[in-house]
Amino acid sequence: MTDTKKPLGALIGRGIVYLLLGVWALTVLFPFYWMLLTSVKSYGSYNAEYVPKFYASSPTLQNYFDAFTAVPLARYFANTVLFTVLTTALMLAVIVPAAFAFSRLSFRGKDLLFTAILSLMMIPNELVIITNFVTVTNLNLRNTFTGLILPSVTSVFYIYLLKENFAQIPDELYYAAKVDGTSDWKYLWKVMLPICRPTVVTVTVLKVIECWNSYVWPRLITDDPSYYLVSGGIQEIRENGFGRENIPAMMAAVVVISVPLIVLFLVFRRKIMEGVARGGTKG
Amino acid sequence: MKVVLQNLTKIFPGRSKKPDDVVVAVKDFTYEIPDGALVALLGPSGCGKSTTLNLISGLLDPTKGRIFFGDEDVTDVPAEKRGVGLVFQNYALYPHLDVFHNIIFPLQNLRGEAKLTREQMAERAKRTARLVQIENLMERRPAELSGGQQQRVAIARALVKEPRILLLDEPLSNLDARLRLQTREEIRRIQKETGITTIFVTHDQDEAMSISDRIVVMKEGTVQQIGLPQEVYDDPANQFVAQFLGTPPINVFRGAVRGGRLYIGEDDVLAVPGVPDGEVSVGVRPEGFVLRPDGPLVCRLGRVEVMGRDVSVVSAHDAAAAPTIRSIISAENLPDIGGAEVRFALKPAKVRIFSPETGERIRGTEL
Amino acid sequence: MENNGKAWLYLLPALVLLGVFMIYPLIDVCVYSVEEGYNSASQTYFGVGTYNYSYILHDPYFLQALKNTLILVVITVPVSTGLALFISFGLTSIRKLRDLFQTIYFLPYVTNTLAVGLVFMILFKKTAYTDGMVNLLLSWFGGPSVDFIDGPYWAKMFVLCFYTVWIVLPFKILILTSALSSVNEVYYSAAKVDGTPKGRVFWRITLPMISPMIFYLVITGFIGAFKAYSDAVALFGTNLNAAEMNTIVGYIYDMLYGDSGGYPSYASAAAIVLFVIVLTITCINLSVSKKHVYY
Repeated sequence: MTDTKKPLGALIGRGIVYLLLGVWALTVLFPFYWMLLTSVKSYGSYNAEYVPKFYASSPTLQNYFDAFTAVPLARYFANTVLFTVLTTALMLAVIVPAAFAFSRLSFRGKDLLFTAILSLMMIPNELVIITNFVTVTNLNLRNTFTGLILPSVTSVFYIYLLKENFAQIPDELYYAAKVDGTSDWKYLWKVMLPICRPTVVTVTVLKVIECWNSYVWPRLITDDPSYYLVSGGIQEIRENGFGRENIPAMMAAVVVISVPLIVLFLVFRRKIMEGVARGGTKG
Repeated sequence: MKVVLQNLTKIFPGRSKKPDDVVVAVKDFTYEIPDGALVALLGPSGCGKSTTLNLISGLLDPTKGRIFFGDEDVTDVPAEKRGVGLVFQNYALYPHLDVFHNIIFPLQNLRGEAKLTREQMAERAKRTARLVQIENLMERRPAELSGGQQQRVAIARALVKEPRILLLDEPLSNLDARLRLQTREEIRRIQKETGITTIFVTHDQDEAMSISDRIVVMKEGTVQQIGLPQEVYDDPANQFVAQFLGTPPINVFRGAVRGGRLYIGEDDVLAVPGVPDGEVSVGVRPEGFVLRPDGPLVCRLGRVEVMGRDVSVVSAHDAAAAPTIRSIISAENLPDIGGAEVRFALKPAKVRIFSPETGERIRGTEL
Repeated sequence: MENNGKAWLYLLPALVLLGVFMIYPLIDVCVYSVEEGYNSASQTYFGVGTYNYSYILHDPYFLQALKNTLILVVITVPVSTGLALFISFGLTSIRKLRDLFQTIYFLPYVTNTLAVGLVFMILFKKTAYTDGMVNLLLSWFGGPSVDFIDGPYWAKMFVLCFYTVWIVLPFKILILTSALSSVNEVYYSAAKVDGTPKGRVFWRITLPMISPMIFYLVITGFIGAFKAYSDAVALFGTNLNAAEMNTIVGYIYDMLYGDSGGYPSYASAAAIVLFVIVLTITCINLSVSKKHVYY
């Protein structure tokens, strides 16, 4: 049916839909706008505005400069990048072979073991974090990257996601490769991973987002600011950084922290959204 | 209720959305479907048969042309007001509703004077269920039904609102071979019992031939031929129709007509009075071959396949369009077949001649 | 084909890590929770019993955290799910700008909860220098000015709920829009031929078809909301007890570490209480969904 036949009522209805969608889009965007705006206001002019202004009369980049000099933002940043890259890489190295074993190899007790591992999905992080905290403390791994990274290297959910995807590859491919004398390891790398690339990308991206935003575990395990990640860093900045009232500088730090993920998202928009729709949860 | 299609045309914008890039799905389709008839729209995929069905149902608007139900012009009437029952290819049963609620779903939409009480709905549903023989399945959900049962529920749902026209989109394509035979008889019976004008879409010529009153053969949006099933088979309008209908398919040869005689290769096979001289394309139905030691058509013998009632002789000829020729010979009085060569005479009634360029039928005084 | 040895080799890293960081802690936390008077410095305890549970259940901070969490759950789960449904339905009904809207709506998912929480705090906060952005808005509509961050309880709760909804909506919208667009067109065609009115199509076809996803969102929503913590920290700072805005998870961490920390036994007991609550609610959800979802 063509649009020209639409009665007036339908047009008005459509207008209302757009209006409401627009209102929520503004609600989502406004905090981002506000943080950008505030980050370019000078300290003086921000504090002079009793009634907040929606524009910056004399924008400045001084706050960004402060963010990197007055507080160790660059260090938080580097820590987070290191933490994210290492955790994600290690996780892949651990879960890919595990998923491969569950989907492709046969061994005694496989089904039982897989069910047991799946049931671990129900266990909330809060339940095990207490002992992990004690374990890591006892191993003297507080304020080390090892301590930060180790507990988040495995993920039952991602093993499950990968295994399901691996299992969809027809057995014939495996037997064909076997007949050709391909080793399991080579088959995994040359056949399975390339076929399952979308899932691997999904898992990687989800893990990167998770790492970048992780707060609870790093906060427990590090009290030396030189090991803070961005989340902990921002909290530190808020409580002890520029002095509690230097809001523009804080906003500059917030912008710097937010930009990498937003850029990542805008570049891989479709992939990320598909990935999250297939396997993501927040929290 | 008769259905009249007048110059029905549907043009879709092409993929590039440029104004001249268009897909003509249905082109200038004119036909009057008689009241109470079961009509098959037959053709390969992409021939426009489903589009035609959707135009009749009102789910699509025609680019040009009119559609009448009886004397009423329904071209601008929206789908929901046309009073058509539509059975979808994958049945489109609501998975969350049981059979009973699927069937009464259309009745619950009725408003105003047409509104039915709960008892009336149950009564109608029961009657329709009895018609399609699913009374004992009313509490099941679609997932608990076999393909054939789902099909019946879909038909019941289409019939329960007592539509003026019943439309079926590839009704048998999701069923296995045995169910297909059964279900097509069933569709015929239901249609006979209700007397409702029914149009169904299929790509299976067997299906179309076996149950319909009329067949409409379509290709690339254009109607090729309309007629009784036997008529379309025996008297195809062109080579496409001849090749599309019949299993095994018609055998096609390159041939020529010289002085009223039909030649296949160098073999002088038949008298074709009234056919002008020239190159032709010759179609011979598998049952048009007669084994005869002195037969004019000389083929290389491939193999003989015994099928019980008949045997199928597979052979080859240099002038044949396909690598093998398949002929069906009655198993009774079967002469010995052996050697490298097999010779056939042709039954004139089973030989059809087409223009090699256009595929149009060339008629003589006898063929 | 049995290749036992090799298979276990492939599994080894994952199994070791899971054993050390999930299974052992799981047992350990239960042990902790019944060890009375555990001293983390000397690693000794007095006895075994339910004292830890009774302690936290009488601890006003825990009760405050429980109350806050329950209020948060009861408000944000229905509001966010309903809002997401509403927005997704709007999204699928339009064609122009749909991609743009979808991208914008997803943005909060990829932001750092702590960082953007800081922005929310600034928007809602009232200081000596400024009433803040939200109060400016309120004043346009003639409302009174309120300090949402250090002010009355309901105002703080409102900000927490608002921020939580803002954070969780992207995921829900995404799931529901993909659920909506995966409903087979043919059902709508069937409904149209049968003259089904729009409202009925929504209630009787669309909603039941996506109901598995809605229940999935409700279940994960409950679980997520019960674990709320970092959004509260983002808004009110790390000393949540002082702000009366602590959550159960916050209480667990405070007991474990921080100014009031050093009590892993209390933390364990609280974690188990939380787990039991979440498990119960999930089971209730699942049994309700069994009755209403037909796939």
